[in-house]
Amino acid sequence: MNNVQSRSLIFKVILTGAIGLIALFCLAPVLWQVLTSLKTGQEILAIPNRYWPQHYTLDNYTVLFTDRPFLRYILNSGFVSLASTGLCLSIGTPAAYALARLRLWGQQFILAGILVVTLFPYVLLFLGLLEILQALKLGNNYLALIVPYTAINLPLTILVMRSFFQQLPQDLEDAAQVDGYSTWQMLTQILLPMTTPALVTTGILAFIFSWNEFIFALTFITQDDLKTIPVAAAQLSGATVFDVPYGPIAAATVLGTFPLVLLVLFFQRQIVQGLTAGAVKG
Amino acid sequence: MTRLELQNLNKVYSPQSIPVKNLSLSVEEGEFLTLLGPSGCGKSTILRLIAGLESPTAGQIRIGDREVSKLRAGDRNIAMVFQSYALYPHMTVYENIASGLKLRKMPAREIQQRVTEVSWVLGLEEFLQRKPGQLSGGQRQRVAVGRALVRRPDVFLLDEPLSNLDALLRERVRAELKQLFESQRSPVVYVTHDQTEAMTLSTKVAVLSNGFLQQLDSPQQIYNYPINQFVASFVGSPQMNLIPVVCQGQYALLGTSKIPLPAMTMIPPQVILGIRPEQVRLASEGQPTTVQGQVFLVENLGMHNLLSVRVAGSPGETSAAPIMLRALLPADQPWRESVSLVLPPEAIHWFDGQTGGRLGDGSS
Repeated sequence: MNNVQSRSLIFKVILTGAIGLIALFCLAPVLWQVLTSLKTGQEILAIPNRYWPQHYTLDNYTVLFTDRPFLRYILNSGFVSLASTGLCLSIGTPAAYALARLRLWGQQFILAGILVVTLFPYVLLFLGLLEILQALKLGNNYLALIVPYTAINLPLTILVMRSFFQQLPQDLEDAAQVDGYSTWQMLTQILLPMTTPALVTTGILAFIFSWNEFIFALTFITQDDLKTIPVAAAQLSGATVFDVPYGPIAAATVLGTFPLVLLVLFFQRQIVQGLTAGAVKG
Repeated sequence: MTRLELQNLNKVYSPQSIPVKNLSLSVEEGEFLTLLGPSGCGKSTILRLIAGLESPTAGQIRIGDREVSKLRAGDRNIAMVFQSYALYPHMTVYENIASGLKLRKMPAREIQQRVTEVSWVLGLEEFLQRKPGQLSGGQRQRVAVGRALVRRPDVFLLDEPLSNLDALLRERVRAELKQLFESQRSPVVYVTHDQTEAMTLSTKVAVLSNGFLQQLDSPQQIYNYPINQFVASFVGSPQMNLIPVVCQGQYALLGTSKIPLPAMTMIPPQVILGIRPEQVRLASEGQPTTVQGQVFLVENLGMHNLLSVRVAGSPGETSAAPIMLRALLPADQPWRESVSLVLPPEAIHWFDGQTGGRLGDGSS
């Protein structure tokens, strides 16, 4: 008895230790950024390396807002990401429903097409897209980012939402029809409330992609007050080439990540539901 | 006055798959029609056609004096109970029951009154604020029935509503359903593959096979006078004995005994003798037409013993497969290994071995 107890205690200690190590391993870079952003310039460059700051400072953050329009960059990122995510869901969801429920001619080819698009490395597209944007005179316009982001996220949205719709029982829609729901009422009052977890999951994936995207944002937007956070953070520079503003860069990184962390924490429950949906018969 | 009528209804998916073939039938006010048949016989498709979830390839569906086959499901004023219940999982029981009424813009007070009434009848009052996920199978089933009842539709459609319940509950709910639907006048169409449900609930049964209507009659009629071999074998449990017999003149030979054939103008080349196991009796001393045989299997059903008897081969017959006869005897009736059985002539059904149609009594 005693033996068993001490064994399970040892097991618990090892387990907790292992979890702690893995968490530390994953979070260390983030932690390092956070700590760096709170250090003074001297401490950042101090040799030997100083892991834990002795003087905390928020200067690195205030610099971002006083010397540069960082609030504007955050709002830019937010607007572009929200708009493309919204577009993505509102176009992708009906498309996914059609692919899941209607017997469309050539459905297999449409699906195969969608799948092939997801396999295509999107970075290769940017030169072609640049030409198109120039022709359409969309350079330095939010649309230059919103439209490509929507297009890139659509295939994933359609595939995820389609498999979610497929596992909803057909009887439910039949019952709604007999009850007298029109197709639109059925979609908004019966199906959408049930698909919230899937919508949140795919929405967040699309949002994160748009928020973090760098190449398009760097190439298509040159006007400073239209830039997004990743580009702005990368373009932070000091007075000379040798003066790298590590503190402000770290602060910008933390600022750029913070909204995403909040978002994920806020929708945590739905995300887990969405990821495991269909795994177990409900 | 509501009355459901199907006229020459057809549903064709492809030339190989025709689930409903030229079906015509009607259900009057106050009638309870059961569509009975094995899976794949088209019974669910018929229900979906009536509901408007699928449109017929040809034919008409009339409810009262309206032709509804072009109307949307929601405009037909029908209510349907699904096998899976199909309750809306994000709505409470109250909202589930009230949803159809809300869509019809009924005043809130009347909705409230109707839902209260229905939930009282079904014993759902204490669950009204719960979500379907928090209910047991039997309770969900009652919510599904409530959602149909509250609408007071012109026609009720029920698609195997009992098949997801366990055996004991099923029997109880079956009785409850019977009471519920007897207390109202709208025609009911009920789909099942369970013949007990069909026999106990219905005023009329339609036996279907392969997309064709085989027989449409009262449950008694279907049990006592099956129109063909399929109906005879499908209805009744344990299954009717169906034995191909050799004919000699006006007699059929079963084992060593001669059984008189019914009066017929022409005897078909193959004849099948049918008798229900519950109508086969043990012979008492000195009865003339008896069948001799050896008992090789006894199944104890509690109230009855089901004996499987190998009939002693008739002379001149060298068939490898012996003729088998099953007899249902009261559990307290003694029997011996080698039995003689009586087949009461009035309980015997005769069928044409090729067409399957019923022979004798003028019906063929």
